[in-house]
Amino acid sequence: SEDTQQQIIRETFHLVSKRDENVCNFLEGGLLIGGSDNKLIYRHYATLYFVFCVDSSESELGILDLIQVFVETLDKCFENVCELDLIFHVDKVHNILAEMVMGGMVLETNMNEIVTQIDAQNKLEKSEAGLAGAPARAVSAVKNMNLPEIPRNINIGDISIKVPNLPSFK
Amino acid sequence: AKYISQCIDEIKQELKQDNIAVKANAVCKLTYLQMLGYDISWAAFNIIEVMSASKFTFKRVGYLAASQCFHEGTDVIMLTTNQIRKDLSSPNQYDTGVALTGLSCFVTPDLARDLANDIMTLMSHTKPYIRKKAVLIMYKVFLKYPESLRPAFPRLKEKLEDPDPGVQSAAVNVICELARRNPKNYLSLAPLFFKLMTSSTNNWVLIKIIKLFGALTPLEPRLGKKLIEPLTNLIHSTSAMSLLYECVNTVIAVLISLSSGMPNHSASIQLCVQKLRILIEDSDQNLKYLGLLAMSKILKTHPKSVQSHKDLILQCLDDKDESIRLRALDLLYGMVSKKNLMEIVKKLMIHVDKAEGTTYRDELLTKIIDICSQSNYQYITNFEWYISILVELTRLEGTRHGHLIAAQMLDVAIRVKAIRKFAVSQMAMLLDNAHLIASNTQRNGICEVLYAAAWICGEFSEHLEELNQTLEAMLKPKVTTLPGHIQAVYVQNMVKLYASILQQKEQAGEKEAAQEITQLMIDRLPQFVQSADLEVQERASCILQLIKYIQKLQTKEVPVAEEVIALFAGELNPVAPKAQKKVPVPEGLDLDAWINEPPSDSESEDEKPKTIFHDEEQRHSKHRPPEIDEEELARRREARKQEQANNPFYIKSSPSPQKRYQDTPGVEHIPVVQIDLSVPLKVPGMPMSDQYVKLEEERRHKQKLEKDKKKKKQKKEKKGKHRRHNSLHTESEEDIAPAHHVDIITEEMPENALPSDEDDKDPNDPYKALDVDLDKPLADSEKLPVQRHRNAENLKSPDTEAPLVEKKSKKPKKKEKKHKEREKEKKKEREKKKKKSSKHRKKKHKKEKEEKSKDKKKSKKKQHHSEEETAESVQNGTLDDEPLPPMSSYCLLAENSYIKMTYDIQGNLQHDSQVTVSVIFENKSTSFLKSMELNVLDSLNTKMLRPEGSSVHDGIPVPFQLPPGVSSEAQFVFTLQSIVMAQKLKGTLSFIVKNDEGSTHEKLDFKLHFSCASYLITTPCYSDAFARLLESGDLHMSSIKVDGISISFQHLLAKICFYHHFSVVERVDSCASMYSRSIQGHHVCLLVKKGENSVSVDGKCNDSTLLSNLLDEMKETLSKC
Repeated sequence: SEDTQQQIIRETFHLVSKRDENVCNFLEGGLLIGGSDNKLIYRHYATLYFVFCVDSSESELGILDLIQVFVETLDKCFENVCELDLIFHVDKVHNILAEMVMGGMVLETNMNEIVTQIDAQNKLEKSEAGLAGAPARAVSAVKNMNLPEIPRNINIGDISIKVPNLPSFK
Repeated sequence: AKYISQCIDEIKQELKQDNIAVKANAVCKLTYLQMLGYDISWAAFNIIEVMSASKFTFKRVGYLAASQCFHEGTDVIMLTTNQIRKDLSSPNQYDTGVALTGLSCFVTPDLARDLANDIMTLMSHTKPYIRKKAVLIMYKVFLKYPESLRPAFPRLKEKLEDPDPGVQSAAVNVICELARRNPKNYLSLAPLFFKLMTSSTNNWVLIKIIKLFGALTPLEPRLGKKLIEPLTNLIHSTSAMSLLYECVNTVIAVLISLSSGMPNHSASIQLCVQKLRILIEDSDQNLKYLGLLAMSKILKTHPKSVQSHKDLILQCLDDKDESIRLRALDLLYGMVSKKNLMEIVKKLMIHVDKAEGTTYRDELLTKIIDICSQSNYQYITNFEWYISILVELTRLEGTRHGHLIAAQMLDVAIRVKAIRKFAVSQMAMLLDNAHLIASNTQRNGICEVLYAAAWICGEFSEHLEELNQTLEAMLKPKVTTLPGHIQAVYVQNMVKLYASILQQKEQAGEKEAAQEITQLMIDRLPQFVQSADLEVQERASCILQLIKYIQKLQTKEVPVAEEVIALFAGELNPVAPKAQKKVPVPEGLDLDAWINEPPSDSESEDEKPKTIFHDEEQRHSKHRPPEIDEEELARRREARKQEQANNPFYIKSSPSPQKRYQDTPGVEHIPVVQIDLSVPLKVPGMPMSDQYVKLEEERRHKQKLEKDKKKKKQKKEKKGKHRRHNSLHTESEEDIAPAHHVDIITEEMPENALPSDEDDKDPNDPYKALDVDLDKPLADSEKLPVQRHRNAENLKSPDTEAPLVEKKSKKPKKKEKKHKEREKEKKKEREKKKKKSSKHRKKKHKKEKEEKSKDKKKSKKKQHHSEEETAESVQNGTLDDEPLPPMSSYCLLAENSYIKMTYDIQGNLQHDSQVTVSVIFENKSTSFLKSMELNVLDSLNTKMLRPEGSSVHDGIPVPFQLPPGVSSEAQFVFTLQSIVMAQKLKGTLSFIVKNDEGSTHEKLDFKLHFSCASYLITTPCYSDAFARLLESGDLHMSSIKVDGISISFQHLLAKICFYHHFSVVERVDSCASMYSRSIQGHHVCLLVKKGENSVSVDGKCNDSTLLSNLLDEMKETLSKC
């Protein structure tokens, strides 16, 4: 539930953020992320940490590549992505992620394919005129909120497999 | 929080509005709040509302919110079923996609059951985007609704060969996940994956497949042998580190599963180790870490090959990254040998000094001790060195592992007799410097070593040179600041020291000195008597009285030393951990009966110490409360002595868990008669010294020591449990004595010990449900519940037959299957099942036979069978009466109203002139088919292999009968002389049709077409070898061109690979080189180029006829595209 979700994020952030730059990007599983079969694999981009929790059926290096693909895709879709993009367009980030990872399983690793699908969906959205007037409000709501110091998570599914979370903000 | 609640109120207002856009926006905000950790489940219904919006934008918001906050307990989820179904069948692929994505996050068993069929349909959707999502979500469905696995599996398998790489990778993904949990059910897919592995160029897919193979190899050693070559090739050729790493990993798994030291394996181990070395040497920490991880896997089976990289591993200890250092440490553990132990430990010691952070240092410390003590100190050649290492370790500050060091010291000192002298001197030194250790380490555990030091000095005081000095060190007032249990040991061992000194002095006739030392004791002991720790207090006061008594005697000039020393007489032997269990219950001994009446309350004072005594304490019985008068004390000492006489090895601390040998204060109250009862049972102690001389074997043989009533007493405490166990040993006493040599290794386990390799599968494991046999044909009852008309039928149970009209148009395949199923009557079905099981049994039987026939080379027909794994498993796949996959290598042989035959030809690598023809017989009728016999008219070139002794005109009986609707496969071997030309053979199948009316004899003629491609065997080849082959110049060349080809190049290559048994060597854009090999060793190289609408194929081959025939066949295939 929401509480365990927050706890996982907090601890993950705690674990990941205190690691040095020049250490390896894997953390062996603790109880919280579902036992020793699971690993945290993360990448650090400036102020953002991208953390994936995966089980032993995933290749560690493969997931690192996947994170790279994810970030590059974000970059393409947001045109030079920055933290605020991720905060204000959480839904978009989710949609992009949904094209890559579905229900905890890797769906697509080809960036071009992902971008094509996202673009097509955006076009569709435009043709439906989008959320009328909504973004403005959402933004104002976010602005006034005291942004939490804890990292932010994008998607915490069931514990079973590698649903990534996406902490940011220090 | 206030702001948030304000926001939530606002959102609630928005949700009440009718405007869907506003609602969607509100839900969007809620999703954001959910991410921040607020509960939004109250809005579940509104989320569903938004999900059912017609616009994709809103729908997506709704599904996103649902995927974030819905879970199995959400009750509104069942409302979504129809909405999701509607979206799944939406013409807009993104509506479908978003529904699938959402569903993947919140699928429940109910949803899975209701929607499984719809998703099955989507698996063959025209858009790859939908297909791949549908394939992937099937895994989730399987998890929630395991019954769906069997019906859906054939289609899933089909998708492995989907032209779209995304779909293919999704299918691989799903099967890998499934196979990871229950690998044995997926062994039959191995050949298919093997093909994929050699043809695929997508690294992601390759990694998955290779991982899958890693899981499969332990189950099927033959697979491992086959894998090694392509994997090593991959290792050589790939540039992707991730792929390389996985290959190495799987090769390791293969090697572990093979475990036999075949020569070519050592080569691949070397290769692995080399590659890993490259990884470890890499500057990327990730690679380094993984390299070490994989290295430790190799270490388990092939320690030698890793040992040569010791230098590298030691280097890693210097690494900045703690996790890398820890990995390296793990590796070191397995790398030590007698030769390098000292060197390695020395290195580690340096690291211990350098290490910052107590966790890592503690880890180092435990590793040092682990390394040294592993397998009974197997690698230690010099125990003096080890003791000094241990002493050095005590200088560490702030470690938690004091007790570990202490235990090691005790263990070594007790078990290695030769070292005692040295150990004692070291320990005396420690005691002298106790203030160093104790002063700044009150909090942490290092003072534990003083416990060991004191004990060793006391117990082996005869080796001690500076007795006085040590005694004084132990009597220092500072000692009282130590933890209680250590003080207790101090007190106890002081007396031992005192006894030795006394004896020394008396022998030397220095009465003055003896009295002096007694006085010293009497002066200093009171500080312990005042101790807050009960045990210390008790011991101290007891000993104080004892010494006062001795002083009295001394003043009377009575020599006392002998008697005092007798207190501590006796040799100490280590006890094997399980020795206790080996002690037989003496006849006539009732362990349940009280030996004494339970002590009365008045004795509670005596009883008290027992409860607080530290586990490792011994000889408590000497301690009496101070008020005992000396006569009483003397009397007890007598009793005690007598008791010791009966017990040559009175119990004391030992390295084993048997430490619980406590004296009980009640001992003295046991009448002597009863002591006698135990005397005949006594086991003579074995001389230990010679065993100690051989240090390495030292521990193998242990003696059992205990024999006296204390034991009984203790057993009494343990009562029934042990009694049952022990009664097994109640044999004659002569038999018992030798049994006291206890071999640690072969020691039997205690009765209540749990086997450690228990099946650790959790009964609630969701994956367990997926452990089903996928090769069994589908039974009637196993079909996905099909959603029928939305109204009334919905209420019926999913298995009841319902009108299919609605679905018919959409799913012809489904219909067909249904139709067939309905035809079958229940009776027949039962019969069929029976048949099937017998058939399975038969198969098994056959396999067994194969093993035998292999050696004897007798039954040639069966011989190929076991080797042709490929064909066999394909057969398994097609057993399911599901329509054949679009890319099936089986083609129609002949068909009539009774039977349909499809066949496939596979080359046989082992025999360069044999091919195996697998024929699937499918009974299309409602009658029973039996006595099938297949005969072929041999040509000069091609002959069917018949059992010995039969003439060329005899047919070969098909080894099974076919009940209605069942299909099964038989294999026939043909020998060939030349393979450069395609061949056609005429043949006949004769069989008897048996039904209610009677039986008739039927015949079916067929033509067996041996295409040239069927002589080819998919063989992977690597670009360098390929280039060399082309350069060699002894190949003939030929080429074809086919126009009007519209399918994608990828698809085209897949076709060539599949139908013509080629593998892709290299692919650049729309140009690919391919390779294959014939069973007679012809190399066939192809260069396939795709132009606008045409494809040109250039071929090179050793044999020009073969090549031109092959190209002709290919032309035919391609022109069909």
